[in-house]
Amino acid sequence: MNDVILTMKGIDKSFPGVHALDHVDFEVRKGEVHALMGENGAGKSTLMGVLTGIFSKDAGTITYEGKEVYYASPREAQTAGIVIVHQELNMMGHLTVAQNIFIGREWKKGPLIDDARMNEEARKLFALLKIDINPRETMSRLTVGKQQMCEIAKAISHEAKIIIFDEPTAALTDTEIEQLFNIIRDLRQKQYGIVYISHRMDEIKQITDRVTVMRDGQKVGTLITSECTKDDIVHMMVGRVIYEEPKTHSRVPADAPVVLKAEHLYAGRMVQDVSFELRKGEILGFSGLMGAGRTDTARALFGADPRESGDVYVEGKKVNIRSPQDAVREGIGYLSEDRKRFGVVLEKTVAQNSTLASLRHYVKYLGMIDRAAERKVSQEMVKALKTKTPSVDQLVMDLSGGNQQKVVVGKWLISKSKILIFDEPTRGIDVGAKQEIYELMNRLVKEGKSIIMISSEMQEILRMSDRIVVMCEGKKTAEFDIAEATQEKIMSAATREIAV
Amino acid sequence: MDRLRNHPLIKKLGVQRLVITGVLVILFVFFTLMSPSFRKYTTIITMTSYMYYIMLMAIGVTFPLITGGVDLSIGTGLVCYSIVGSYLMRQMGLPIWVAMLVTVGMGVFFGFFNGIIIAKLNLPPFITTLCTMMIVRGLGSILTQSMTGVWPMAGQEGSWFRDLLKYKINGTIYPVGLVIIIILVIIMSMVLNHTRVGRYIIAIGSNKEALKLSGVNVVRWHVMAYVFSGFFAGLAAIAYAGTFTSITPGTGAGFELDAIGGAIIGGTAMTGGSGSIVGTFLGVILISLLKTGLPYIGLQANWQQIITGSIIITAVTIDMIRRRK
Repeated sequence: MNDVILTMKGIDKSFPGVHALDHVDFEVRKGEVHALMGENGAGKSTLMGVLTGIFSKDAGTITYEGKEVYYASPREAQTAGIVIVHQELNMMGHLTVAQNIFIGREWKKGPLIDDARMNEEARKLFALLKIDINPRETMSRLTVGKQQMCEIAKAISHEAKIIIFDEPTAALTDTEIEQLFNIIRDLRQKQYGIVYISHRMDEIKQITDRVTVMRDGQKVGTLITSECTKDDIVHMMVGRVIYEEPKTHSRVPADAPVVLKAEHLYAGRMVQDVSFELRKGEILGFSGLMGAGRTDTARALFGADPRESGDVYVEGKKVNIRSPQDAVREGIGYLSEDRKRFGVVLEKTVAQNSTLASLRHYVKYLGMIDRAAERKVSQEMVKALKTKTPSVDQLVMDLSGGNQQKVVVGKWLISKSKILIFDEPTRGIDVGAKQEIYELMNRLVKEGKSIIMISSEMQEILRMSDRIVVMCEGKKTAEFDIAEATQEKIMSAATREIAV
Repeated sequence: MDRLRNHPLIKKLGVQRLVITGVLVILFVFFTLMSPSFRKYTTIITMTSYMYYIMLMAIGVTFPLITGGVDLSIGTGLVCYSIVGSYLMRQMGLPIWVAMLVTVGMGVFFGFFNGIIIAKLNLPPFITTLCTMMIVRGLGSILTQSMTGVWPMAGQEGSWFRDLLKYKINGTIYPVGLVIIIILVIIMSMVLNHTRVGRYIIAIGSNKEALKLSGVNVVRWHVMAYVFSGFFAGLAAIAYAGTFTSITPGTGAGFELDAIGGAIIGGTAMTGGSGSIVGTFLGVILISLLKTGLPYIGLQANWQQIITGSIIITAVTIDMIRRRK
């Protein structure tokens, strides 16, 4: 076997309320493609973040080319030869390919930038990688796949020795994937150390030499790819932990009325023929990996993004939801995964946020807001949801994540929503508050509300859902009753390679 | 210091507005001490007259600013609406109240026009209102065949509208316009802080996406911000006609900058999400005080520009530092 170029030992990292990395070991050899796998939140990104100077580590050592190193910023890591090719490409679309690759270190001819030299250097890079891209082309005119190849060229031009690919194929077509793999094989030949993060099982088998699996911030193990099966890896990913109080059977009576029905929804690439039913008093879990199209489905359903086709029925009646306003009128409330961007108005008070969706009911003469009534209903909601806030005049930004979430729940309850879409309800919320949010959701369905819960956490899905829909790459790949759902079945459906 | 800061009165008024009030008092005392001719009643009257139209524009433009936008069309708009009003009276013989209605109506129309383009078609407010600024400048001249605008003079029929600004009893002039302004400031403060439209306009500047996902018709309320701006530009057009004897077509560019400057000194953030009508009121008084006062101590108009610019930068810097804490 080749020389080890990078060793990470006993890496430990905590964020407030989360032990993100628990003494993780990881190594990369020259000329190998090393897969890093795990569920969302398993700690892969944090581990790579620690390596490249995005996060500082609490404990542990990083040895690179025989020396112990520490990088305070991605720039330092880059200079040392460790680069990430990101899932989202960081390119300036208006500039040319060569200008992008050499941004920040342009050659000069006197006071002017030497574009000719940059184009020539870029051409050499592409020749080395056997890629056919014109360095003078404007970046935004390239396909996503070509743009990614420019990222790789940029990495190589930095004299990288270790290249980290973070879900590189997420947006690529099959031909582009094949091209990418050829480049990766070529890089392997040239003795680069490559870390390959992906959820696609078939790719892992195809391109990688070893695979390291992480779970809940710990390293589960490292396998030689050619000697293991897909099932081995799935098994390691989900583990054998017994989660507390998993639901064993649905509490929803078989004859409960269907309150929401979606038929053949299409909305862009990420929502392809999605159909499902939601019953009264049910928690319908939407499982899948990040970017599987669950949020896109919810947003299309809620009218936040345009829908191409498909029908939606609320309580048996066909409805035409074209904007969030229409959805709210039909009694649907949406709690966004990105609370700070889409859920709350941070610099406003609890009371003002609480009535945001129903303000027209709190207006007295001359369009004046009835502040007394507004405070009263907010106070009642704070009490009912046990929101921890000194008063309803507190600014929402001063509340903890869990309490902010409760304010959003309160907003929808005040507007009398019957169907609530919880998108990653406990993201960024600490353990104690999670419990409260779960209890709250259970109470809501007991009171006759219906909930769609999108969650990337397996534990959450198995604990809360009565029924589970699994999505993968914009398509619904499976639906289970809670009684028959297992982690393996769900993970398998979530990572299923789509037939091409 | 903290106890002082948390005093209910100070909390209600806001630190920035208290600072401006302090600066206003100091400046006023300074000018009074430095120049004997400044401390005359007529100076104050002159100052208030030149202030009205800027003040009205500033109250209106505070709303687009709070949404994170801007309205550059109010300056040339004001001149356009007011010469069209004059044309209706002088060339078509219509009564003054019709002219007033049309003047304000045109303001509302162009406010609505801006609002629809910005809120519905998502064009940048800067570009949109810059173009409207050019359009109304040309339009005013075309509609009136480039005639200078003149509204009824003292003694003529319909001159009562000038009394709305300055009322003369036994040779003494009373600045009644100031009373109207204060009433409007109170009303618009209420609108901004205590009504649905005000709440939504602030929320648009603060987090438009969250508001949209709360099921609120964001477009409608976003348009309203520009309608307010246009409406007040229409009122400002009447005030302008009441202050000056003649109105030259094609002028007015730059008026909006004084109004926007006043709003910003008053603590309205150009990034949107916060602002105050009382702050705008104080900010415009500050600018007007400088405009009137500086010549009295021997500093001419160019100096006033430099000082106003410096004050705006200082005010915004202080605000940024305070926010960062």
